[in-house]
Amino acid sequence: MASVSGPLGGLAFEEAIPDILGEAPTPRRRRRLRFRPWRVIIMTLAGAYFLLPIYGGLKFSLEDLNGRFSFEAIQNLPSAPGFSDAFWLSMRLALATLVVSTLLMVPTTIYVHLRLPRMRRVMEFVTILPIVIPPIVIIAGVLPAAPLWAKSSPYLLSFLYVILVMPFIYRSLDAGLSAIDLKTLVEASRSLGGNWLRTMTSVILPNLRSALLSAMVLTLALVLGEFTMASLDLWTTIPVWITQFNTSSNGHIQVAASMLGLVGTWVFLTIIVSIDRSESRRSRRKAGTL
Amino acid sequence: MTTSSHSEVTTVTSGPEPEVTVVMRSKSLRRRVARAVRPTLAMAPFVIYTFLGLGIPTIAVINLAFRSESGKLSTSNLHLISQGIYRLGFENSIKLALITSIIPGIVGVILAYTIQTSRSSLFRRLVATASGVLANFGGVNLTFMFIATLGSTGVLTVWLNVIKLNPWHYGFNLYSFYGVAFVYMYFQIPLMVLIITPALAGLRQSWREAASNMGASNLRYWRHVGIPVLLPSVLGAMLLLFGSAFAAYATAESLTTGIIALAPIQIGVVLNGNVVAGQTHVGYAIAFGMLIILTVTMVLYGLVRRRASKWLR
Repeated sequence: MASVSGPLGGLAFEEAIPDILGEAPTPRRRRRLRFRPWRVIIMTLAGAYFLLPIYGGLKFSLEDLNGRFSFEAIQNLPSAPGFSDAFWLSMRLALATLVVSTLLMVPTTIYVHLRLPRMRRVMEFVTILPIVIPPIVIIAGVLPAAPLWAKSSPYLLSFLYVILVMPFIYRSLDAGLSAIDLKTLVEASRSLGGNWLRTMTSVILPNLRSALLSAMVLTLALVLGEFTMASLDLWTTIPVWITQFNTSSNGHIQVAASMLGLVGTWVFLTIIVSIDRSESRRSRRKAGTL
Repeated sequence: MTTSSHSEVTTVTSGPEPEVTVVMRSKSLRRRVARAVRPTLAMAPFVIYTFLGLGIPTIAVINLAFRSESGKLSTSNLHLISQGIYRLGFENSIKLALITSIIPGIVGVILAYTIQTSRSSLFRRLVATASGVLANFGGVNLTFMFIATLGSTGVLTVWLNVIKLNPWHYGFNLYSFYGVAFVYMYFQIPLMVLIITPALAGLRQSWREAASNMGASNLRYWRHVGIPVLLPSVLGAMLLLFGSAFAAYATAESLTTGIIALAPIQIGVVLNGNVVAGQTHVGYAIAFGMLIILTVTMVLYGLVRRRASKWLR
């Protein structure tokens, strides 16, 4: 306390006042009067760093070779050599990953929550491993270990993508299941005569909808953008196609293709979030009238 | 919980009627067996899947790292990566990971604090969603976004060229080591914001009030309360960032087409067959080395996190 009377003392006094006043009955108005230049500077710099590349990518995609505004790059994209093959391959892999990861993770996570709560720590540990072990190491181990029939199929990638998305799916489902009183819901459904299938489809899954949806969006974004494993397993998915595309013909097409992935993910995310929100609002209204 | 209530029900119903007991007992025996087997069956798909997809590749990498090309046990691969170009790869990777964990770590904390203390809840939610998207946004798409912006004919480069500030004329090169570091920050900073925000939210207002009641300045509050409480969380988050940057392959590979020596890129080069004859197993040794470094990082993270949870829950 003695040091307060030093040169810092004055500072302490001046600094303490706004803080005390800040907790006065009208804190809001008090605070708005304070101009905070550092906040403006930080947010401007951060905004520039994060928004300029997005702007740059979009502008570059919407330019022709002479730098004029045009949809040429996007129009030429579907007919670019190899693009449609890469596109459909990525779509098939994404779909397979979604189906397998949902079928694998949803029942397992529900079961662990319901019957084996002790296993939650183990699950947490196992599902963090794909973050610790990098994809480049996994694929380095898979290539010599996988049998030939598996390596000759692109779905080996889907098999591995399920592992890659596990951390996200598990965390999302775990949070979703922790937020509801799963045990009571299941017991209620069972005592009303619902069998397991019915309990799953009409009691648990509707409650997990937003958790599942966000997990699925992350899965899609991850699978459609995955490059490491696909390129080393020699399958031309969209990201691999982008890097192999011959730049000398038109570099704008590459940028357009990569921006399409970003914009597509965001559009998809927005649609899903808004559907989810309107659905939950409707169900809340329905519950209100009952 | 359910297990005990089930067995209670069985004993109660079997109690008053002796004839039924035998039937009930065999039924309960079957049920008990089912109850013992069911968890195993339910967990089997997950366990088998993770073993096939994660366990076997890891075992394969470790096994092949210690085997010469003829299949004999040897440490020649490890010897190979401890010198020359492969050693340089590790050094560069560690350097890159340090740069892109310390700088984004500090920037991320400042940014997260700015956002956290913002009054607009809409803004806070917007930033949270954006961080979630951007933190997972690496790889090819990011590369080409930056090429379109800061490449030699990128949008920003052209702008800056007009005002005679073309960064390429001042020694900037997007396709170099520091270019890669600059691009990595694009997903590292949001990752830091995402990880550190809960810890910042754990700083209690009452601590701040207590400090200022005792006459502490803003500076003193941070020096004696804020920073000591947050430091373990910040260090932990930086360790995660270190791991994320150290393991990254796609962004560096697509940006530099593999010309800078980084451990993950060298694995890719070896796997693609671009390696001196007789050294094809060196890729597994590099992968093994990466596993060791990442394991150490994660163990440190576990220790730091235990320290962090002392004050913040």
